[in-house]
Amino acid sequence: MKFITEFRRSELAGGLISQIHRRSKTSVRFMEFCGGHTVTIFRYGLRQVLPQTIEMVSGPGCPVCVTANADLDKAIALSRLPDVIITTFGDMLKVPASHSSLQKVKADGADVRVVYSTTDALVIAERNPTKSVIFLGIGFETTAPTIAASILQAKARRIKNYYILSVHKLCPPVIRALLDSGEVKLHGLICPGHVSAIIGSHPWEFIARDYNIPCVVSGFEPLDILQCVDMLVAQVENGESKVEIAYRRGVRPEGNREALKLIEQVFEPCPAEWRGIGEVPDSGLRLRKEYQTLAAEFAFDIEPEPAYEPGGCICGDILRGVKTPTDCKLFGKACTPEYPVGPCMVSSEGSCSAYYLYGGDFGG
Amino acid sequence: MADKILLAHGSGGKLAHELVEKSFVKAFANPLLAKLDDSAAMDFSGRLAFTTDSYVVSPIFFPGGDIGKLAVCGTVNDLAMSGAKPLYLSLAFIIEEGLPQDELNEIVGSVQKTAQEAGVEIVTGDTKVVHRGSADKLFINTAGIGIIPQGVDISGDKARPGDKVILSGTIGDHGIAVLSQREGLSFSTQLKSDCAPLGSLVAKMLEASPDIHCLRDPTRGGLATTLNELAKQSKVSVRIEEAKIPVREEVLAACEMLGFDPLYVANEGKLVAVVPAKDADRILKAMRENQYGTGAAIIGEVKAEHPGRVVMKTCLGASRIVDMLVGDLLPRIC
Amino acid sequence: MCLAIPALIKSIEDKEAEVEIGGITRRISLWLTPEAKVGDYVLVHTGYAINILNQEEAEETLRLFAEITKAEEEV
Repeated sequence: MKFITEFRRSELAGGLISQIHRRSKTSVRFMEFCGGHTVTIFRYGLRQVLPQTIEMVSGPGCPVCVTANADLDKAIALSRLPDVIITTFGDMLKVPASHSSLQKVKADGADVRVVYSTTDALVIAERNPTKSVIFLGIGFETTAPTIAASILQAKARRIKNYYILSVHKLCPPVIRALLDSGEVKLHGLICPGHVSAIIGSHPWEFIARDYNIPCVVSGFEPLDILQCVDMLVAQVENGESKVEIAYRRGVRPEGNREALKLIEQVFEPCPAEWRGIGEVPDSGLRLRKEYQTLAAEFAFDIEPEPAYEPGGCICGDILRGVKTPTDCKLFGKACTPEYPVGPCMVSSEGSCSAYYLYGGDFGG
Repeated sequence: MADKILLAHGSGGKLAHELVEKSFVKAFANPLLAKLDDSAAMDFSGRLAFTTDSYVVSPIFFPGGDIGKLAVCGTVNDLAMSGAKPLYLSLAFIIEEGLPQDELNEIVGSVQKTAQEAGVEIVTGDTKVVHRGSADKLFINTAGIGIIPQGVDISGDKARPGDKVILSGTIGDHGIAVLSQREGLSFSTQLKSDCAPLGSLVAKMLEASPDIHCLRDPTRGGLATTLNELAKQSKVSVRIEEAKIPVREEVLAACEMLGFDPLYVANEGKLVAVVPAKDADRILKAMRENQYGTGAAIIGEVKAEHPGRVVMKTCLGASRIVDMLVGDLLPRIC
Repeated sequence: MCLAIPALIKSIEDKEAEVEIGGITRRISLWLTPEAKVGDYVLVHTGYAINILNQEEAEETLRLFAEITKAEEEV
């Protein structure tokens, strides 16, 4: 596959790995914010090939993991209403909410359908005019414009039975909150590649400027992450802190203006609850007044069950990079991918899931 | 004949008899079935292999096959994985009322064609028709009997350190072909299911060397799940190399798009063999001479350390665990 | 997060494109990239093109990797 396979070529990895080993002298801790980067790092065993000087820690950039129980409880309450079809990305199906999950309510008879795209949800809405089709809008700035586009398409096609439950979140505010908490000392940040494709690289400048932390925007193939780590090491060894783009084929400094316009047109920032972090101001997206008729929480009367967090689950600490999955008493025992207690284990890119499925720091 | 299957077709009365005689007996023409006794009586000598399976695939027609072909292949392959020569199948249909007769006829035709290729006879069957909504168009249950040749003893607990692991061809074809038809995920592809009867392939392998330790077909759960099962049963670790596993480009592309790992996608015409290292090349050569083994490759070996685990060497040269599939494969955006 | 895969635009109709990735084809939306043309590679996320891939930068990056490989071999 063009532009994918070339960035996995093993014969090009050795040189990058060797350069990192040669240049890295200072002990550092780098965080990959984005869950997609976490998956690549574990899937290819990247931690094993890096020098001992580099410690990698995973951040909260997993939109599934950071969705608060209270938000998912709303989706579950909506699914129980008559004549409602819940459409969702597959990621959310098995995530445990306070008392149930979308998978469980589906087994109980709720109409919950996994879709690949909001365009599929719009088709379901057109084909089922007597039902209300509610789309569970999760994801960061990469996904939000696609939901915005779907809302405009619904208007254009006069689809009156399409609604959004928006739990979209924004990355820069939560990174600031994380850094302000001072819980984890970082010497470099691997910035999310596809979020940056939308917002560009300028929004990360505050990290380099206010916190003196080198930032490099990375792609998702193993060679991309190696290049990114190499560039971070170079900045550290040169005493620099600036924002660079390694993922130059996918990211422009100004981002995607059209996509940003769509977000701006349909959404406005609002406070959002991040699991394990709490409420972060201006870190969520809600539909603007002109589009509020499509907002599921206004269109439907629901009483979600009181939110409940399971005892012993330290997903929050893991998301903030303060603890690792193996620090959790439930990991691999009460909490496994088949019987997850928290979302970090069930999300395809959660740290706990990555540790469990790929063997963590297995070096054998 | 009616153009749709009705509840009456399953009730044992005239309509039911007409369906059985005109659709099934005629298609599966063999003396045992034609007797239409409550059970078929046969003579055997030797060690029997016996298996059962149910098929609920949706959609029932998919690129490269249908539920009928799948039912025969799946059953025949389960027998072949014991090293057995598949001989006889039972076939039970659970039909949702309203299924068009044409569709049933086409599926029966597939069953017959595949049974003929596999050298098996459908000797006994059953038909039930259920209310709309109680079955997803058509469910099929089968049982199969085969004879295991003397001297052949294949089992999941026989893998030994030093053995080689051979895969008969590309992985993920079936799962992705079926997925391409599903609502909400559709994409166009030339990809067909790899659904195939592997009795002849296994026979050729046994000719090359009767000392095959394990055989398994990586159906639901994919290659990863099958290798984990073998590792646990034999209490060994299975080491594979990512670069050696054959995957078609379209399968890789669909997996990339939907967020799947080809290691977990279902196959219906492939097998994994664990064989003594000294016989590996000979068995591989024999496999490549069979139409269902042309893409066969040695993908790894068996080791003693880390028993119960499957470990994969990635393209970076690092190692990581490959676990079993958990639940269903779900498309993801993250 | 944000699985996005490079795909080649084969044809465009209105705001939709038929794209090809590794032999499979799919219809996707160009609402986020209205300037995309046939022959462009786009990054596809959840059925939408989120950006046009810069092919020159891709080649440049691979060239850089090859240079690093060569340089490290000589060290």
